[in-house]
Amino acid sequence: MKKKRISVIDYDIGNVKSILRALEKVGAEPVLSREDKEILSSDAAVFPGVGAFSVGMENLRRYDLIDTIYRFVETGKPFLGICLGMQILMEESEEFVLTKGLGLLKGRVVRLIVEKSCDEKIPHVGWNKIEEPEEKRWKGTIFNSIKNPSSVYFVHSFMAQPSDPADILSTTVYGGNAFCSAVNRGNIYGCQFHPEKSAVTGLRILDDFVGLIK
Amino acid sequence: MPHNIRIIPRLDIKGPNLVKGIHLEGIRVLGKPEDFARNYYKAGADELIYMDVVASLYNRNNLFHLIEKACEEIFIPLTMGGGLRTISDIEKALRAGADKVAINTQAIKTPNFIKEASRIFGSQCIVGSVEAKRKGDSWESYIDSGREPTGVNVLEWVKQMEDLGAGEILLTSVDQEGTKKGFDIDLMKKVADRVSIPVIASGGAGSPEQINDLIQQSGVNAVAVASILHYNISSIPGIKDCLNRNRVEVRM
Repeated sequence: MKKKRISVIDYDIGNVKSILRALEKVGAEPVLSREDKEILSSDAAVFPGVGAFSVGMENLRRYDLIDTIYRFVETGKPFLGICLGMQILMEESEEFVLTKGLGLLKGRVVRLIVEKSCDEKIPHVGWNKIEEPEEKRWKGTIFNSIKNPSSVYFVHSFMAQPSDPADILSTTVYGGNAFCSAVNRGNIYGCQFHPEKSAVTGLRILDDFVGLIK
Repeated sequence: MPHNIRIIPRLDIKGPNLVKGIHLEGIRVLGKPEDFARNYYKAGADELIYMDVVASLYNRNNLFHLIEKACEEIFIPLTMGGGLRTISDIEKALRAGADKVAINTQAIKTPNFIKEASRIFGSQCIVGSVEAKRKGDSWESYIDSGREPTGVNVLEWVKQMEDLGAGEILLTSVDQEGTKKGFDIDLMKKVADRVSIPVIASGGAGSPEQINDLIQQSGVNAVAVASILHYNISSIPGIKDCLNRNRVEVRM
């Protein structure tokens, strides 16, 4: 069978080596790209990113990728934002200055809230559990094959708050509060954690993502 | 007790080899680091630390290559340390595929290096590495793989590193390192109490029970282990089972 071609969107934001290798590991053919044609013709797209929200948006604009992303999402092919890539799916972020995001999902990005009674820190770095928000929510999604709950690897200070609870694919407890650790609406997916750093669980998630390709 | 205690195999590297010393000295060649790293990943390691114990330019290039290869098959966070002296060294390490870098010598020489590095790459990526040797009632920081005393007090230094922007502390007890005789729990506890960033305790792990004692008594967030795994005294599942039985939360 022909390998599924997956564009990893290249906008100079963080290390993409691990996500490329992880996609190869699950049998896909990843291509790091910022070319409109290349991205639109691929079977699925991964939108990575580490760092500041405003820098991410600025780079997307510089490489003229915003329209490409909108058009890709309209095709109905699987699209996965990781970490900052998930946050940018939202309407806006309050990181440093209020910055507009892609608005593919309704809601905003705010700083993690840690209760004073907890000794947990920001950034939230390390392994933590993702949980299914309601029964069968994971069926047929990128979390189809993992156990509820599962441990995955996080590095972040901000979190997405979808306005529609139906968009929440998983929750994670940190600092005494539950936050939204993954989103999904139709073909759009986002993970706050790093599947490419989450050992076997992460590879299963990417394998299921590749499996969504029709 | 902190949540999600991490078990982190520490790979000391010299040239193409995995090595292990005692008190960071008298190193012995154990084999190919790739083989050990792969096995630890498969056995459930939460992260890996690659430490260049020679810190020569030649060795560092070797290590970049090793990290690059590791990224093809190891999907957990990787920390690289040893001889990183400039912002461009850190950039190279991250580009090779490291998620974090551990800095000791250069931080002691120019503390602002930690500040600059954490501003550019983010605190989550900068690990302040401290080699501590007991001196009377206190501890002194060492550099160059435990060879050079600096006169810097460890308890003050870790706090300063936190203030400068380090995201974690890798704390190695030179006295216990490689001895398999258990941790310097007193040191680990004092440091964990002193800073609010996570502390990775290194040096002395010889049995799962010793690791459990450390976790129960010190407040550290992670344990770096070497001899106990390299010499097959125990395994990652063996350590995690022991912690789990003692109600320590670990990723199984």
